[in-house]
Amino acid sequence: MKKDPQLIDEQPVLILKEIYKSFDDDQVLAGIGFEILDREILALLGPSGCGKSTLLSIIAGIEPPDQGKIYWHGSQVDNIPPHRRGFGLMFQDYMLFPHMNVYENVAFGLQMSGIDRNVIQSRVLETLELVGLVGFGERDVNSLSGGEQQRVALARSLAPRPGLLMLDEPLASIDRTLRERLMVDLRRILRQLEQTAIYVTHDQEEAFALADRVVVMRQGKVEQIGRPEDIYRKPASIFVARFLGMTNLIKGVGIIDGDQNIIETSLGRFPTSKSIEGPAAVLIRPESAALNSQIGIQLQGKMVEKTFRGNLCQATISIDGSTFVFNFLSNSELPDAGEDIQLSLDPIEGIVVFQPDVDDLSSILN
Amino acid sequence: MRSIIRNFRIQGSYRQAIAYAVLWSAPLIFLSIFYFYPLGSIIKTSFERADAGFASSFFEALRSESVREILWFTIWQAALSTLLTLAIGLPGAYLLARYEFRGKTLLRALSGVAFVLPTLVVAAAFYALLGPQGWINLVAMRIFGLSAAPIHLTNTIYAILLAHIFYNTTIVLRMVGDFWSHIDPHLNQAARTLGANRLESFRKITLPLIGPAIISAALLIFIFSFTSFGVILILGGPRFATLEVEIYFQTISLFNLPLAAALSLIQLGCTLAMTIIYTRLSNRLTRPLKLQASRISQKRLTTWKSRIFAGVIIFILLTLLVAPLLALLTRSFVRLEPGRGQRVTESPGLTLDFYRELSINRRSSLFYVPPTTAIGISLGYAFTTVILALAIGLPAAWALARHSDRSLNKFLDPVLMLPLGTSAVTLGLGFIIALNRPPLDLRASPILVPIAHTLVAFPFVVRSLTPSLRSIQPRLRHAAAMLGASPAYVFQRVDLPLIGRALLVAAIFAFTISLGEFGATALISRPEYPTIPLMIYRFISQPGSINYGQALALSSILMLVTAAGLVAIERFRIADVGEF
Repeated sequence: MKKDPQLIDEQPVLILKEIYKSFDDDQVLAGIGFEILDREILALLGPSGCGKSTLLSIIAGIEPPDQGKIYWHGSQVDNIPPHRRGFGLMFQDYMLFPHMNVYENVAFGLQMSGIDRNVIQSRVLETLELVGLVGFGERDVNSLSGGEQQRVALARSLAPRPGLLMLDEPLASIDRTLRERLMVDLRRILRQLEQTAIYVTHDQEEAFALADRVVVMRQGKVEQIGRPEDIYRKPASIFVARFLGMTNLIKGVGIIDGDQNIIETSLGRFPTSKSIEGPAAVLIRPESAALNSQIGIQLQGKMVEKTFRGNLCQATISIDGSTFVFNFLSNSELPDAGEDIQLSLDPIEGIVVFQPDVDDLSSILN
Repeated sequence: MRSIIRNFRIQGSYRQAIAYAVLWSAPLIFLSIFYFYPLGSIIKTSFERADAGFASSFFEALRSESVREILWFTIWQAALSTLLTLAIGLPGAYLLARYEFRGKTLLRALSGVAFVLPTLVVAAAFYALLGPQGWINLVAMRIFGLSAAPIHLTNTIYAILLAHIFYNTTIVLRMVGDFWSHIDPHLNQAARTLGANRLESFRKITLPLIGPAIISAALLIFIFSFTSFGVILILGGPRFATLEVEIYFQTISLFNLPLAAALSLIQLGCTLAMTIIYTRLSNRLTRPLKLQASRISQKRLTTWKSRIFAGVIIFILLTLLVAPLLALLTRSFVRLEPGRGQRVTESPGLTLDFYRELSINRRSSLFYVPPTTAIGISLGYAFTTVILALAIGLPAAWALARHSDRSLNKFLDPVLMLPLGTSAVTLGLGFIIALNRPPLDLRASPILVPIAHTLVAFPFVVRSLTPSLRSIQPRLRHAAAMLGASPAYVFQRVDLPLIGRALLVAAIFAFTISLGEFGATALISRPEYPTIPLMIYRFISQPGSINYGQALALSSILMLVTAAGLVAIERFRIADVGEF
């Protein structure tokens, strides 16, 4: 049932407009707005404290926004209480009802909609099977492991087939090995049900693996929206680049030379499509350096350290007194630490150019 | 998510403030009329200008040699009881905290039963074991062919101390043991790897961590022994009087209300001071360290040393806790003299006479009330107490749990616990002084006794309700709402079942407390409406083996009812680490 993102109905089902929210004097959301399409999985990505969870509870109706509007299928839902919005929310710490068993927890939402008993039963069993908990119905929720509780929570929020499912860091309290597997399962389940979903996380790997589109948030605002590969290839700001773990940033000066835009840096001159005059910043992608190639900008450096990372080898290389981190395939012939290394850089695909703001400039070391 | 919780406090703050005030109004009005007003009357009476000048009765009490003797006795017997209880309880606490063994739950349950038993039952139990007609003396008389009881433990300090240890051991087992069991043994292992030996590791790691728990337990035991009443009255006999017993005598026998009030005030000063310290300490206990689930910290008894240690401790605890209760139960079925209408030569044997006798009015006197009637009266009082205690306890607990950010809570929480630090006899005395005359003349009203019982039960009701209510997190309700549950339905399906269990536990608390209450009841109940404990006291203080037997029979019934209540409480409590 894999879907091509292109086939998604382009009509947005949920529209957020200029949402503001403050607690005391602390502004958590500062005019955030975006849309989500039908059957789309949207990831809200950002560091902790950027307002992701607050935004979720505003969409859910648990909290009112200070300002702004929320539209669901074209009609405003701001004044509709949470239990009538028909949304589902999976809590980070699950919030399973401690006095009910697994079956009763999963059946809870279905009972609310007054469905026939037999239908409820078949739906609960079906959902439990979907999340891989066949035969768990009679179990006490307090006796389950973390992974099992997580699945019960997922089943409970899926069972009523909510129009929109929100997941608040659902994998945050699961250990790493289990998380990889649950991530794959989660994507399969959401796809199979063609579930429109908002997935909140601070982990870009999760966001990239699960989502059709990613919204990167920063201090209560949207920093960038796009498909995972676009965000990775073209981070819109230094903040996004850094958040994605890209650290090779150098200062530069933008020069407009006729119809050519050039950034001049300590590593050389980089052509760019952005017309910047004055201070600029250049991000050098960690995978952009090649060995034994005469094409592109040639760099002379010294190997500081190399770390084996499975299929990749991460090399810390010092060039002109600054250090950079590059990834090579593990089977590359790399010199040992302390030895010289010759690199070539793709000046177009290998870099991203930013016009930095004041905060950014002071924090770029190179 | 932090921010969500924060926001909930600000939202609708005006409406919440009104709700908060409404919640507090019932408990505070009740306490004002039935606690503070009587207490004020006691203070007024003891400081009133008499012939000998201002506050003469108070100063007279302080100057009196006999009062000083009573105060001294009260203090040293309480201190001794505390030390002995710690000596027996601490090894037991260690055993329960660090080891997993069969019968552990039973041991805990038994110690719990001892704690909630009415004083009259405990006193009667020790009478059945150690008294002139008790098992030990009966056995000794038979073996050595004696005609009189050889062991005179009743009416000695030893009987009093034994009863106090019996009563309070569970405080050490539970407070220290539970706390101890949640302390990660890895801490000690870490200390050992850093070069500390077993003793140093205990002294530097364990002791500082469990120290506050030990001190709170000790304080609580001291307070209980300090205000001991039934035990002293019955097991101590006329030779011993604590302040509490003296207040009773001054009120009932001599009707010297000013002196009784002065004594109450002295006692109150002491207990309140200790209660305040206790509350401070136990507040500190609630959030000291990352508590480990006890399952992780316990090991099995595998070495011989640990088995012998466990064997000795379990033997001592079982003997202490079970022997008196077993003695009570068995002795209530044994007759030494021939029953009525039987031949004189018939030998001692089993009988149900004492139980049968309970429903017969042998004296055909107007003032005599058969014990079955007393059982009915007690039940009536207990049900009334349950209703009253829940009616004022639930709003108070709700305000404490759901409006936990209000600064007023910090002030009101200890106020609610004040009745706990006020002795039952003082409460009774306050009622006699204050509620016997206008504006509030309740002298003849049967509601007086349940009101006193409610005051005694109130702190327990609030203490058991608050954590349960707190455990119902607001986000649990959000979860239900997100699944389509309307607020009314959330209340019905989530709040009510969780609160229901908490309410049941609190109700059983109030019920058993009311059934067993003796101190306040002894002062304020009317002779024609005696409760079960009063009946037991009457029987035990009258000569004759049929009276003695009936006291034991009534005590056995009360014991079984109380034990059943405790079992129910343990069963319905929503328990986990959060119980602290």
